[in-house]
Amino acid sequence: MSMNAGKKSLKGATLLLEALEKEGVDVIFGYPGGVLLPLYDALLDSSVRHILVRHEQGGVHAADGYARVTGKVGVCLATSGPGATNLVTGIANAYMDSIPLVVLTGQVVTSLLGTDSFQEADITGITTPITKHSYLVKDAREIPRIVKEAFYLAGTGRPGPVLIDLPKDVLAAEIEPFSTEMNLKGYHVPGKGDSDKIAEVAKALSECSKPVIYAGGGVITAGAGAVLKQLAEKASLPVVTTLMGIGCFPYGHPNLLGMVGLHGAVAANYAVDDCDLLIAVGVRFDDRVTSGLGHLFATRAKIIHIDIDLAEIAKVVRTHIPIVGDARLVLEELLEALAGFQLPQVAEWWDQLRSWKNYYPMRYDKDRLTAQLVIECIGELANEDTMVITDVGQHQMWAAQVYPVVKSRNFATSGGLGTMGFGLPAAMGAQIARPDDMAVLITGDGSFQMCIQELATIAHNKLPVKIVLLNNGVLGMVRQLQKYFSGERYNQIDLQGNPDFIKVAEAYGIRGIRVDSLEQVRSAISEAFEHPGPVLLEFAISPNDDVLPIVPPGKPITEMLGG
Amino acid sequence: MLHTLAVLVENHPGVLTRVAGLFARRAYNIDSLSVCQTDDPKLSRMTIVVNGDDQVIEQVRNQLNKLVIVHTVTDLTAESVVDRELALIRIQVSPETRSEVLQTVDIFRGRVVDMGRTNLTIELTGDIGKINAFIKAIRPYGLLELVRTGKIAIMRSET
Repeated sequence: MSMNAGKKSLKGATLLLEALEKEGVDVIFGYPGGVLLPLYDALLDSSVRHILVRHEQGGVHAADGYARVTGKVGVCLATSGPGATNLVTGIANAYMDSIPLVVLTGQVVTSLLGTDSFQEADITGITTPITKHSYLVKDAREIPRIVKEAFYLAGTGRPGPVLIDLPKDVLAAEIEPFSTEMNLKGYHVPGKGDSDKIAEVAKALSECSKPVIYAGGGVITAGAGAVLKQLAEKASLPVVTTLMGIGCFPYGHPNLLGMVGLHGAVAANYAVDDCDLLIAVGVRFDDRVTSGLGHLFATRAKIIHIDIDLAEIAKVVRTHIPIVGDARLVLEELLEALAGFQLPQVAEWWDQLRSWKNYYPMRYDKDRLTAQLVIECIGELANEDTMVITDVGQHQMWAAQVYPVVKSRNFATSGGLGTMGFGLPAAMGAQIARPDDMAVLITGDGSFQMCIQELATIAHNKLPVKIVLLNNGVLGMVRQLQKYFSGERYNQIDLQGNPDFIKVAEAYGIRGIRVDSLEQVRSAISEAFEHPGPVLLEFAISPNDDVLPIVPPGKPITEMLGG
Repeated sequence: MLHTLAVLVENHPGVLTRVAGLFARRAYNIDSLSVCQTDDPKLSRMTIVVNGDDQVIEQVRNQLNKLVIVHTVTDLTAESVVDRELALIRIQVSPETRSEVLQTVDIFRGRVVDMGRTNLTIELTGDIGKINAFIKAIRPYGLLELVRTGKIAIMRSET
């Protein structure tokens, strides 16, 4: 920092860090490189904590995990060219699940832009379809405004990743700070819903006899879990959740029917199919829920769609009453509006729902070592503040089906993009975000090896993440699909060459516990939970176990196999 | 059916890419697109002609509105509007056909803007139907080159 003529002149990099501090950023997950020299130099004098990851993809997933378990904007940093392109999967992952991120990338000096210079990649161009917005900063004086806008855009409305591309000369420039006023005339955040429409919903609710609430990730984003519970209890409404909605309604609550969709609970799928009023809140009628058959979804129902994103309304299904607004504000107003109406008569509906629930529980073998048994045991030994982070595959669906999540933001999973390798770095980010709560990663031997290098970051930072590795030696989800839908013509699903994972963990200085028998499960999990540092718990499970029920491709969600 | 959208966007690099990319990504078909800075140099106005049923057009409008660089989207299709397109057309002529071509140009109220020994360049403005009709009329003489701007449109005043 230099002083001239009494005016404070700052480096672009310092200005950037000051702007991040103003936004309340306490940690960034990054990896340095040539063009970031001015920034890493300035970081030495900043209060912002930097976590050195081992691969940029680990950095962006860690920021994503941080954001999911806190609701705050996660921040990651990578250098130009390959550093930036390594973020692409993680940005797409956050975009699909509406996770707020500010992604900082270095860029070559502005005079070399567009000349195919060393480590140059057009990262704003590459990421246009997978970011909520992006900036290429050409003038360091714009840094304060852009950072302010980026955090506002990332964290408000329907959240999402915002990228800021920072050329080296912009980071190195000595400038006097400029305007910090935001200039976002084309951006509007919906708030309260239309009162007339909400009254219409209250009326429809009073007149229906088979209502269902279909709740998704938007409920968690809006912090609408508590009001949703009040509404469901007041009007005796059954609730189904999406994968992203897990935790928005407490597991074990009598009104909860479970997850809806291709691996959902039978009672949940039947209820959605049979209902006469569907209240969809913070959901997007994803094809993992509708089976890609919007025209066959909840065909008997009047559909109410509450969402903050107007573009989601009528994208997949016809909607009878659309309400654009913040889910919490809309549900609060709906709860008030109900006072003027009779509550629906749902006793018969509940008889039906209870009989489905009792007749089709989630079933699995309890006399041998299965993934579900391990996951349930974790649930018994964990507490309600434990964060469960999953990777992608069979273990993810089993965790979604049987893990007892009772609070919002305690279940983090890659929903829309289905990114193998998400789990380990996301668990690392979650643990850093909430050091007092336990972070448990549930992963498989396929996913685990896609970002396994982050074991070094976990070990170095002494993050007490509990890694539960359900090892079946195969790519179980693909194997299962080949079993059912390719006539058991298995191909490229055998993970021969897997290492000894316990030795891998130990090589990083992480404690490893291997469990081969049913009897050891409980004591091993207890031991891992009591250990103050990170632990890898490996469970040997059968490659023949399937995720059931399953809706075959192209079939409506009532046609489930293995219900 | 064809819809004409007036889209007010910020005037800086990358804006066109964002709009065009959105159409490509979501498989909406752009029939024509014309864009230029407005009276306010910070803003540009795009006139986009897009094909689709009402549900598709509703999605196009909602998706465009989601872009941070888009300020407003107006569907001018159902409105009372004045719309125009400009075309520059080079036509082959010979001493025998020259006067016939000029007569046709006159009927369509076109203007000769350039003249060579064997060709004429015509400037023509009008709605799309008029320009199509002119092209049909002069094609037999030999259409050498054609440039069209795509439609621009403005709402008629209420008074």
